[in-house]
Amino acid sequence: MEIAVCVKRVPMVGGKIVVTADGQDVDTRMSGFTVSPHEECAVEEAVRLVEAHGGGVTVLTLGPPAAADQLRDMLSLGATRAVLLETDGREWGPIATAEAIVAEVTGALANPAPPASPAPHLPYDLLLFGNEAADTGDYQIAVRVAHALGLPCVTGIKNLEITDAGARARREYRGTEEVFDIPMPAVVSVKEGINLPRYPSLPGRLRAKRATIETRAPQWRADGLAKTGLRVPAGESKRAEILGNGADAVPALVALLEEVGVLS
Amino acid sequence: MTVLCLIEHADGGAVADVSLRALTFARTLGGGVAAAVFGDVAAAGPAMGDYGVGDAYAVEVGGYAPQAWARALSELAAELSATAVVAAGTDRGSEVMAHLGAITGLPMAANCVSARRGADRTFELVRQRWAGSLLEDAVLDATPALLTVAVDAVVPAPADEPAATAVHPFVPVLDDADLLVRASESAERSAGVSLATARVVVGGGRGVGGPDGFAVLEELAGLLGGVVGVSRVVTSEGWRPHKQQVGQTGTRISPELYLACGISGAIQHMAGCQSAKHIVAVNTDPDAPIISRADYAVIGDLNQVLPALVEALRARTA
Repeated sequence: MEIAVCVKRVPMVGGKIVVTADGQDVDTRMSGFTVSPHEECAVEEAVRLVEAHGGGVTVLTLGPPAAADQLRDMLSLGATRAVLLETDGREWGPIATAEAIVAEVTGALANPAPPASPAPHLPYDLLLFGNEAADTGDYQIAVRVAHALGLPCVTGIKNLEITDAGARARREYRGTEEVFDIPMPAVVSVKEGINLPRYPSLPGRLRAKRATIETRAPQWRADGLAKTGLRVPAGESKRAEILGNGADAVPALVALLEEVGVLS
Repeated sequence: MTVLCLIEHADGGAVADVSLRALTFARTLGGGVAAAVFGDVAAAGPAMGDYGVGDAYAVEVGGYAPQAWARALSELAAELSATAVVAAGTDRGSEVMAHLGAITGLPMAANCVSARRGADRTFELVRQRWAGSLLEDAVLDATPALLTVAVDAVVPAPADEPAATAVHPFVPVLDDADLLVRASESAERSAGVSLATARVVVGGGRGVGGPDGFAVLEELAGLLGGVVGVSRVVTSEGWRPHKQQVGQTGTRISPELYLACGISGAIQHMAGCQSAKHIVAVNTDPDAPIISRADYAVIGDLNQVLPALVEALRARTA
């Protein structure tokens, strides 16, 4: 089974987001970077499927040259191949991002002038995504890729099994469970909670360090939705009223619980 | 000038609260509001008229099939020459609108907080990033504008003048591919108080110290008729199951009281609890980020504060 997983490099924001002076980006001078949480679970899911069924996991990202760090992180978790769709640091919208992913997975980016064929061959059984990126939260890359490739797509998946007929995917819907049976190849976006990602092993980290990362250079294009600026919402910062210290604060805490009406 | 709005149903078929918020948002865009209703229109009741829906289109595609729903929306939007198509930014709303974006080749702006007409048919939008911890100002230049609504950012409000809703059946032209993916069964609803709707949530973070530290939180939650929620580090460490996670990648909660114990207040976590009416933090660190996001705080070790609180509540009921 061949699986491609798409991940995104995002800032590791802690207790506070700071915007750059020009109001166009998140200030990342004091933060590290990571992969969106849903996507880390997508990579773990792919690695588990390949451990059970054989095959390989290609991890794919669109981002600046430094996004190679995130690809290496994913290689250390068990992905077997990594491809960087390199950008010049500009933000890519969902339409352009999906087009670049489609071009890569069908081989058009690596080989821009392929022999004419009626339908591009897709060398993957499964394309996995996170349900939405932690930063932009666009909720649509997976669906756009599926449409472009003519593949079935399910999103927000919390449980995935391979069946004789294809795949069975489950997700939560307002306290109940929805089940989707889909043929493969397919596009699936997952949510955190589908699994508990492993920590990288030492051999995994060494392998990742030495691995070759394939790079491509897709073309940016405008999307019809243009960011003009970013800002932190007003009223984000207040100061809690301190009720007291340690167990001595308990009478004040009980009085507060009574006041807000949660004690019967 | 019509804005088309996707309606989701609550239990029993009434218009879901998230869709009332989406309708409230849709009315701010100017022009009339039309609704696409999949399923029982009658059960949607008078709410649609109260929220200003002039025309409701009853679409029957036999259950939830995201691409078929989106195909129907694309056909309706074309027929009505809609200026915008709006849905709540829920799992379903986001999924259907993503399909609509792919079908039409148009951009889709997710989790909008507000929108107004700009120059030359554009919309000037404010939308959420980082689940609401950051706002993006943007210009959307596409017709129809495809928008999902950040549901925690809009307060549902009926129209000043209720509308008389005319109901029209609508039969979309679908092909087999549109119906390939459909929800085939739904299991029984899970029992017990759900995290999303609990009145009281007792939260535990890294400060709880390990899987064994949650007994006192469970006991306290029981005494308050609430449930335990946890931060992402707790589920990443495997101390508690992911279904208890409060946050951007877990459950969004909106209780009367959120008692956050040993939780530093990372934005990933605060995104999940910002709708709580009262946030009380118990933390050893008076400079933890949560202290600047909570309404009240106790500075101290939860392992001392919580047992004393449990004892006081027991003494009170005894």
